[in-house]
Amino acid sequence: MTNATSAPVLELKNINKSFGPIDVLHDISLQLRAGEVLCLLGDNGAGKSTLIKILSGVHVPSSGSILMDGSPVSFATPRDASDRGIATVHQFGGTFPLMSIGRSFFVGAEPTKGWGPFRVFDRKKANEVAVKAVRDFGITRIEDGDRLVGGLSGGERQSLAIARAVHFGARVLILDEPTAALGVKQATHVLRIVNQAKKRGLAVIFITHQVMHAMAVGDHFAVLIRGSVAADFKKGERTREEITDLMAGGETMAGLEKEIEDYMSSHDGHPPPAGH
Amino acid sequence: MSAQSAAPGVARASNFSLGGLLRRPEAGALLGLVAVFVFFTIFGGTGFLTPDSAAGWLNIAANLGMVAFPIGLLMIAGELDVSIGSMIPASSMTIAIVSGHYQQNIWLGVAAALGVGVLVGLVNGFLVVRTAVPSFIVTLGTLFATAGFVLGLSVLLTGSTSVVINSDGVAKQIFGSFIDQTFQVMIFWWLLATAIYIYFIHYSHYGNWIFAMGGDKESARNAGIPTRKLTIMLYVLSSTSAAFVGMCQALLFNVAQVSVGQSFIFNSIISVVVGGVLLTGGFGSIIGIFFGTITFAVVNQGIYFTSFDRNWSSLIIGILLLIAVLMNNTFRKMALTYAPKKK
Repeated sequence: MTNATSAPVLELKNINKSFGPIDVLHDISLQLRAGEVLCLLGDNGAGKSTLIKILSGVHVPSSGSILMDGSPVSFATPRDASDRGIATVHQFGGTFPLMSIGRSFFVGAEPTKGWGPFRVFDRKKANEVAVKAVRDFGITRIEDGDRLVGGLSGGERQSLAIARAVHFGARVLILDEPTAALGVKQATHVLRIVNQAKKRGLAVIFITHQVMHAMAVGDHFAVLIRGSVAADFKKGERTREEITDLMAGGETMAGLEKEIEDYMSSHDGHPPPAGH
Repeated sequence: MSAQSAAPGVARASNFSLGGLLRRPEAGALLGLVAVFVFFTIFGGTGFLTPDSAAGWLNIAANLGMVAFPIGLLMIAGELDVSIGSMIPASSMTIAIVSGHYQQNIWLGVAAALGVGVLVGLVNGFLVVRTAVPSFIVTLGTLFATAGFVLGLSVLLTGSTSVVINSDGVAKQIFGSFIDQTFQVMIFWWLLATAIYIYFIHYSHYGNWIFAMGGDKESARNAGIPTRKLTIMLYVLSSTSAAFVGMCQALLFNVAQVSVGQSFIFNSIISVVVGGVLLTGGFGSIIGIFFGTITFAVVNQGIYFTSFDRNWSSLIIGILLLIAVLMNNTFRKMALTYAPKKK
């Protein structure tokens, strides 16, 4: 499905965002194509969360435009964004821990059966569809739609949330640090599902701190530093070390180490004072 | 059993298991109810099992239950409403002043009493939704404001804090009469309400919205649920239900007083919590609240049939509440960790 020549599903043009006097995002331009995973990298406070919130309709950009399939769109509410097929999955899955899998899967879009005022929630159908959707993503341990979501592992909850987004017609999937709280095995699960979503032709924005995870699934990488895009490159154009250096704030780790060594040698072996 | 969750689903045909029962929100309430029944049957002797005794706790449960259901729904949705404590006397006084003091048509009084309920509910709902102040504080405010308003206004209009209302005819029959001299007609309203609530909460899809709201309000809103509208509606429901109870009591006892109803605040919360509703929202069931209310009423009334002093009943209720919460926590953990066995 990867097709570099097709028009981008989602495009940001010169997005700026400030909260009062504080500029959080500066002149962000990015393109996202169907069947492509864009890894959004950056240290804490680089503006990743603000950028996601703009894409998911929580914040409105101060200036700049958002284009979907080449035509400008604006999101006043999260509902606008999800109506356009932009689905955001947060770190903890954004699901309801004390609801059953079937029920939480269909929150807000419950299947019903029956007639007129006697329409009832179709639990059997909800459970079947939900379980099938998750199993299609390779999570075969989920068999019973009556299980409570809170009883699933972190990876399974992420998978459920992603499956839910895909089921309801998401075209752009925003994954906000989906692997941050997970162990190695669980994280692998989620990465496999990201690849699945990509194969199905979704455009994925993958936010992460972990370069290994980013390199495992990413086609396209953007590094944010202090609210600007510091680097924007394709898979294979940079090495892992270079990406790590970029994420550390643009200075190379090697350079930083040398600086500390120089300081120590000229200051009788004392490290530089904190706060630099 | 309602089909709302628990019992094994997709692949298996069997629909009943002890484990499945224990994982349901109402498990603790059912066990508690059985326990208090056994307790009072042993200590209360034969007197406890007579129809007179049943009328005693059924009357309490019916009045309390009418309020406990909407309070339970609010708690499932993650909110609280303590203003019901003044809503009951407010509507009692309204119908008594309109139809008793001013001798207006009884149905005008009924409409006015329920109207006050809708009004206070709207105020509560809008304040909670707009200000984002915790609902306990908002409704604590309206609790005192309503109480003060009712007291001030009734003294101003009637010169008294209790007003007599004599009524007969259909309104008295359906809202405030005794059946067989002992059973309040409210019992039928309560059973009807139970059936309606079970349908709406566990069978229609609206129940799902309320549970989702209590689970995670932000996610629920993002999923397209009109959380604000639903919150306001729930407040109107709880206020109007309290108004209904107050109105019926005025018709039943032929008198309305400014200072009744405060006990409903804690009693309804106790019934709801004993009934397995999670205080922080997202978990509970109507049938659980139903059992919780009966449990409370049985303890409240059963003490009269034992040789214990009446004053001990609060102790029992307190201990019961703590046991219920602990038990419900255990059952909820069982529900969370449950996974069907591999075949």
